[in-house]
Amino acid sequence: MTSTLDPSSDAAAALLEPVVDPVSAGFWSATARGELTVQTCLGCGAHRFPPSPMCPACHSVASAWRPVPGDGTVWSFVVPHPPLLPAYAELAPYVAAVVALDVDPSVRMVGRVVDAGGGPIEPDRVRVGDPVSVRFARHGAVHVPVWALAPTDQPADQPLHEHPEVSR
Amino acid sequence: MALKDIAVIAGIGQTEFGKSVEGTEAELACRAITAALDDAGIPASEVDGLASYTQEATDEVAIAASIGAGDLSWFGQIGYGGGAGCATIGHAAMAIATGQASTVVAWRSRKRGSGGRPWAGSNQLDVPAQWTRPSGVLRPVDEVAMLTRRHMHEFGTKREHLGNVAIAVRGHARSNPAALMGGRELDMDQYLASRMVSDPLCLFDNCLETDGAIAAVVVSAERAADCRQPPVYVHAFAQGLPRGHQTMVDYFRDDPFRGPSAVAARSLWAGADVGPADVDVAQIYDAFTPMVLFALEGYGFCGRGESGPFTEDGALDAGGSLPVNTSGGSLSEAYIHGFNLITEGVRQLRGTSTSQVPDAEVCFVSSGDDVPTSALVLRR
Repeated sequence: MTSTLDPSSDAAAALLEPVVDPVSAGFWSATARGELTVQTCLGCGAHRFPPSPMCPACHSVASAWRPVPGDGTVWSFVVPHPPLLPAYAELAPYVAAVVALDVDPSVRMVGRVVDAGGGPIEPDRVRVGDPVSVRFARHGAVHVPVWALAPTDQPADQPLHEHPEVSR
Repeated sequence: MALKDIAVIAGIGQTEFGKSVEGTEAELACRAITAALDDAGIPASEVDGLASYTQEATDEVAIAASIGAGDLSWFGQIGYGGGAGCATIGHAAMAIATGQASTVVAWRSRKRGSGGRPWAGSNQLDVPAQWTRPSGVLRPVDEVAMLTRRHMHEFGTKREHLGNVAIAVRGHARSNPAALMGGRELDMDQYLASRMVSDPLCLFDNCLETDGAIAAVVVSAERAADCRQPPVYVHAFAQGLPRGHQTMVDYFRDDPFRGPSAVAARSLWAGADVGPADVDVAQIYDAFTPMVLFALEGYGFCGRGESGPFTEDGALDAGGSLPVNTSGGSLSEAYIHGFNLITEGVRQLRGTSTSQVPDAEVCFVSSGDDVPTSALVLRR
């Protein structure tokens, strides 16, 4: 399920577009097809992210972008407030998270958190440990992963430590 | 061969600090460098080495010509911004120890008060920023805030612990006439009520934006005997860049809290005759309050995850178990990429600090955690 969101309504205040370069091109062509992929070493099968020219485990320079399920867990998140670049100031306060992929939690990706319908999320609703699933949002010509909070009333996993979550 | 006590910081100098100081970055650098040479009592013509940060507005050629340096036989720049400060002194010490140079000046000059923020408005994304910035992790404060919340989740660190850092450093600033925030009190109510910048980091978790320049002169211990000031020995030096590290956006490897500080700490203490328990005063890079917590853990002043409780009960204040950033640091004195932490370390060991720790003999200085980093043990 890969609904495409287009939050940038003002051409003069555009969300940043990732650079599509030889190393990352495979990732972005996959997101354009609504697919989440991870760089996979063709020598030893290891995942690596962010992508890099060589596998640190086996030194192979051969790799492919392999599709992975878009289910993940919030590892951490921030809520930026202005001063911000104009397009982001319009969205603020928004939630940007590091998400660990459930299929391989050693792979973590950064993306905004959105609600189950793909719209802006109330920052108070997000907790470390929340389950999320990938969607894709347009930033200019590039489709960027965003992470939709699971539509559930169940509480998120308990924090690793007993202390209560930070309150705002 | 160990670096131990071969090189000395013989002179320090600085310009005024302010929100807007007149003069180009190059001019401010020259003023700070010549002030440091005067402090040491060394003529500029003896300078044969230069140590500086990358990301500079001017390079060694312009600075050397302007101050009237001699021929240079060693010159080096260290990368990663706030991680580089201690390494300018450490690399200078290595040049002195190997005989590559005899008189090295190190400096940092910035106009971040009146100039722009380097990352503002830029659509140029280099790896790994292209994987983080489009999603709204736009500024260094956002990048550090992400690790801060994870630290809170894993270890129970609270906003009050970050506040303890801000308040302790502000307390030291109030004794320092040069500190930009020296006239302003800060208590926990104000800290907790201040506006969020990147939740969980608020206004007072962020350092200042300052114009100014600071410099130091490094020579051998033998040469320092003829200088004007008591010698401050470079006792130990280390750098640290963890395996798999991705600079400020260090989210992608297994354990980001085994960070640059922890890596530098191993070789730092291995090369020293002292350990964390012997440190009388610490100057810990404080572009953001959580960086102080990460460094306290990384360098072994407390256990992993224990930096929050370590800050309680005035530990970082004057008279506490580990006074920190005693001139007001980047949070409350001036933000010159941590170079004022080095010069304050020198003052503590000369006995001339405005928030003097009685009989300070060993001072620890660190550069920025969360980037490839460096650290020093200075002693008298």
